[in-house]
Amino acid sequence: MSAVTPKGVLTTPIFKNNPIALQILGICSALAVTTSMSVSLVMTLAVIFVTAFSSMFVSLIRHHIPSSIRIIVQMTIIASLVIVVDQILKAFAYEMSKQLSVFVGLIITNCIVMGRAEGFAMTNTPGLSFLDGVGNGLGYGFILMTVGFVRELLGSGSVFGFTVLQPVQDGGWYVPNGLLLLPPSAFFIIGLIIWALREMQPEQVEENEFKMKENTQPKEAV
Amino acid sequence: MAQSNNSIKKILTVAFALCIVCSVIVSTAAVALRPLQQINQELDRKSNILSVANLYEEGMDVEERYQEAITPRVVDLRTGEYSEQHDPATYNAFEAASDPASGRTLSGDQDIAGLSRQEHFSTVYLVGNPDDPEQIILPIRGQGLWGLMRGYISLEGDGNTFVGITYYEHSETPGLGAEVNNPRWQAQWDGKQVFADAESLDPAISLVKGGASGETEVDALSGATLTSRGVTNMLQFWLSPEGFGEYLARFRSEVSAEEVQDTTVELESEGA
Repeated sequence: MSAVTPKGVLTTPIFKNNPIALQILGICSALAVTTSMSVSLVMTLAVIFVTAFSSMFVSLIRHHIPSSIRIIVQMTIIASLVIVVDQILKAFAYEMSKQLSVFVGLIITNCIVMGRAEGFAMTNTPGLSFLDGVGNGLGYGFILMTVGFVRELLGSGSVFGFTVLQPVQDGGWYVPNGLLLLPPSAFFIIGLIIWALREMQPEQVEENEFKMKENTQPKEAV
Repeated sequence: MAQSNNSIKKILTVAFALCIVCSVIVSTAAVALRPLQQINQELDRKSNILSVANLYEEGMDVEERYQEAITPRVVDLRTGEYSEQHDPATYNAFEAASDPASGRTLSGDQDIAGLSRQEHFSTVYLVGNPDDPEQIILPIRGQGLWGLMRGYISLEGDGNTFVGITYYEHSETPGLGAEVNNPRWQAQWDGKQVFADAESLDPAISLVKGGASGETEVDALSGATLTSRGVTNMLQFWLSPEGFGEYLARFRSEVSAEEVQDTTVELESEGA
């Protein structure tokens, strides 16, 4: 990890140390909410809010958290923030909250939030932790928006609900790719993003944990 | 520092203080935002009523269209007559069901929809002229696979032909049971018949596996046997004389007089 500077904690999680692409955290919700860009955007904002404030609050009381119950303390803070977000969405963006359904509630179990609280906020100052939370939320959001863009464009021919490629059922020429509306397609897209990021930044490529023997002969297998 | 942090006293203090602070935050948010949420839910309910009647269009003013197209009336389910006792705008049938004064307990074999209690009065929503409605929208509810499903059905003015069905609250499995709100599945309800023949008071409508044939059958949801069964049961219940059967009879002129309770016939002729 790079030096702990305000700028560093804010920007490194976006490309260099992306929570989804490098740490492979928070994949579940990235599959579920990326069918359209507007839903991805709301989810991103919700996660940024929760990671930023949970990291800040955890960091504020980090000297008083008994280590034996620290995970529960973190969870309680995260859960309270998630409920607040859920209530706000229900009050101001009812349609959106219906589309996001359980996934807002499931931010509680999003490993990114928990990971930042335990991995960063417990050992850093509130201000830095807040920025780290925002940065990781942005990193999560970057993947979400990219996946959402590809899925919505190719899956329903639109971007943010505005038709770009006129689909066949509305008299256009574009045949929407149904696979991209299904959760597995996000796996492929995230895989491609990880590939691209590691191609650009070879230091992200992990060492092989084991080495395969070279050139196994068909005979040896039998 | 670490030592003192892990003393039992400190652990209990931190846990207790944190719980108090968090619960205050959560309950403040919940209480402060409730009025806004209720307005949203009410609008959602109204747009569901409009959409089950095929009156819903994207981007329209739900409140205005609702006021102009829909007339809510409270019906006494026991007699099938309109009641002036309750204000349809504020009457809550769901709450009334659990009150001993305004509801009844259903016995095991009556209770096919799994309601356990049913209200005496329910709200219906009429489209067009309330005395000779184009559509009659009825609230239905019943157990699905995971919990209570609440929705609306819309019938044509003959009290027999389906226009649509929609659920505004359910907890069925996404992709399987939750397909009750798939427009493609909902579309096949249009034109289906509740009753097999004009005389019958027992609803015949049901969801069937492996392709619906006939006017009273609708394709079941694939992969959601228990949800489909729940939908069938709640329709069978609410459209029978236990539910809206008596009320619907007044729209079904073909139903012979003997089968309808005497009071209904008397009052109906007065009204006409």
